[in-house]
Amino acid sequence: MSDFHTLSLSDLAGLLQAGEVSSQQLTEYFLARIKQYDDQLNSFITVAEQQAMQAAEAADVRLKNGHTDALCGVPFAHKDIFCSEGLRTSCGSKMLDNFISPYDATVVHQLKQAGAVMLGKTNMDEFAMGSSNETSYYGVVRNPWNLDCVPGGSSGGSAASVAARIIPAATGTDTGGSIRQPAALCGITGIKPTYGTVSRYGMIAFASSLDQAGPMAQSAEDCALLLNVMTGFDEKDSTSLERDKEDYTHALNLPLRGLRIGLPKEFFAEGMNVAVDAVIQQALQQYKAMGAELVDIELPNSHLSVPVYYVVAPAECSANLSRFDGVRYGYRCEHPENLTDLYERSRGEGFGAEVKRRIMVGTYALSAGYYDAYYLKAQQLRHLISDDFKQAFETVDVIMGPTTPGTAFRIGEKSDDPISMYLSDIYTIAVNLAGLPGMSIPAGFANNMPVGLQIIGNYFDESRLLNVAHQYQQGTDWHMRIPKGFE
Amino acid sequence: MSLDADQVKKIAHLARLKIDDTDVPGYVTNLSNILEIFEQMRTIDTANVTPMSHPVEAVQRLRDDEVRETDQRDVFQALAPSTENGLYLVPRVIE
Repeated sequence: MSDFHTLSLSDLAGLLQAGEVSSQQLTEYFLARIKQYDDQLNSFITVAEQQAMQAAEAADVRLKNGHTDALCGVPFAHKDIFCSEGLRTSCGSKMLDNFISPYDATVVHQLKQAGAVMLGKTNMDEFAMGSSNETSYYGVVRNPWNLDCVPGGSSGGSAASVAARIIPAATGTDTGGSIRQPAALCGITGIKPTYGTVSRYGMIAFASSLDQAGPMAQSAEDCALLLNVMTGFDEKDSTSLERDKEDYTHALNLPLRGLRIGLPKEFFAEGMNVAVDAVIQQALQQYKAMGAELVDIELPNSHLSVPVYYVVAPAECSANLSRFDGVRYGYRCEHPENLTDLYERSRGEGFGAEVKRRIMVGTYALSAGYYDAYYLKAQQLRHLISDDFKQAFETVDVIMGPTTPGTAFRIGEKSDDPISMYLSDIYTIAVNLAGLPGMSIPAGFANNMPVGLQIIGNYFDESRLLNVAHQYQQGTDWHMRIPKGFE
Repeated sequence: MSLDADQVKKIAHLARLKIDDTDVPGYVTNLSNILEIFEQMRTIDTANVTPMSHPVEAVQRLRDDEVRETDQRDVFQALAPSTENGLYLVPRVIE
C-alpha cells in the first residue's frame, strides 16, 4: 500500500485500528510528501519531524495495547496560531518568529491526548488577518489547483496542504471566514463551530468575540472525527460554553427527506460570479433530489456585515495585540532610545502592514469621541444581523449559499486594495457576527478552480451541518478530487 | 469621513506603532477608505437596540478565588529579550 494520501482521515484511522499500517509508517509517508511537495506550496512554517516520529512511536505502542481512540496515530498539522509547547508558534508574524511556546493550547493538548500525530505548523496570514495568506511574514502560500493563485486565508497553509494531500487534515481558526473561505478556494471541507464550542485557550487572539477554531479535512466525516476531540468545556477559556460532550458522527447517516434549506436572496445578489452561481444551483438541485425543500428567505441586514465586522474585529484586535510590547516575549527593536521608542519601534518593525492597518482602525474606532459612532453602533447592528438569522431559523433547518463570491484570485491581485480583499469574505462574516456554526464543502469547479457551498446552521447544530454535508458527499465526488501534480 | 496625515500619525502614536514617513500617505488612503465603508452603518436607526456582547448571550463565569497556577517565572522569562534577577529590563524610565 503506497497511496495513503488518497485515503481520508477516517480510512487511515481504520487501517491503524486494524493494525494494517503503523503510525510510524504513515508519519514517515506524509513527512516525505511534505518534503517532496511543500517547496511549491509553502504551506508549512515549521515541520516538526522529530516530535512527530516520537509521537508516532508512542501512538503505535498505544495501538498495540488496544487503544481505541479514533484518531490515535493519524498524522495532521496545526495552524501556527495554536501554542504548542517546545515549538515555535509564530502566528505568521515577525513579532513571534523567535517565540517558542512554553505551553500547549487546549486544542493542541486534546489532540495530543487522543494520540493524533502533529507533523508541523501551517502557514497563515499574519495574526490571522487576511483572506489570501499574502500577509504572512513567511511568504504567500500557493493554491495547489493553480500555483499562481492564492489559497485564501487566513488558514491558507492548512487548506493548501490538505487539498494537495500532503497531510490528511489540519486545524484552522475562523474569525470572519478564515476556515470556510480557504476551504472553498482549495476544494476541501471545513467547519467553524458555534462560538464557545472549541476552547480559545492558547489560540493566539485576534478578535475574541469572533474567533473560533475548527477542523479542515477532506470530508464531513473526517471533520466530525476531529470535532469530537476538539470540542468541550474548558475552564481556561472564559467564553467556553458548559455543554455535554457530543458525538458529531452520530447523525451523519440520517436521510435528508423534508430538510428545509433557506436561500437568502442577499447571498445570490449581484457581484456573484456566473460560473460560481451555476455550480451552487446545481448543488441545490442535488439536495432537492435528496428530498430537501428549497425556501427563499431574507437576511435584510446582512449587507451591513462588512462595515460592522471591520469595526468590531479591528477594535478587539487593537486591544488584544497591545500585549506585544517588546518586553516580555517576541520581537524587540535594536538600541531603543527610551521606553516609548522601544514600544513603537518593536511594534512598528515586528508587525506587517495589514496588522498595523487594523490596529490603527481599531484604535481610532475606540478612541475618545468615536466610541459611540463606531463600536457601540456596530455592536447594535450586530444584534440586528444576528436577529435576522434567528428569524430565518424559525422556518428553515439550514441556510445555503456560495462560500465566496468568486474562485481563488491571482496572487497580488487584491493585495494593494484592502477593501476588495475584505469583500471576499462577504458571505462568511455575518456567521461569525452571529456566532453561528457554518461550513464549506466542495461543490464543483468554475473555470477549473474549486467552488465551495456554504452551509449555515442554528446554534449547536453542528451535527446537522455535518449530516447535510456528508449526505451530499455520499452522492458526489468533488471532495475526493486531487489537484494535478499532487496525485 | 477621511483622515489626514497628522491624524494618522496621532493614531499610530496612540497605538504605539512607529510608522515610516514614506508609508503615511498609503495609510491615509487605506484608513480613509475603510472609514468610508463604515458610513453605511449610519443608514440604520439603532436607537432602541441593545448592543450585542456575546453571541449566545452567555454571562461571565466566576470561580472561587484560589491559587491554581504554579510559579513559572523562570520558564516565561526565558523567552524575554532581556531580564536580570527575575526582572524584565527596559530602557531607564526615571533619570
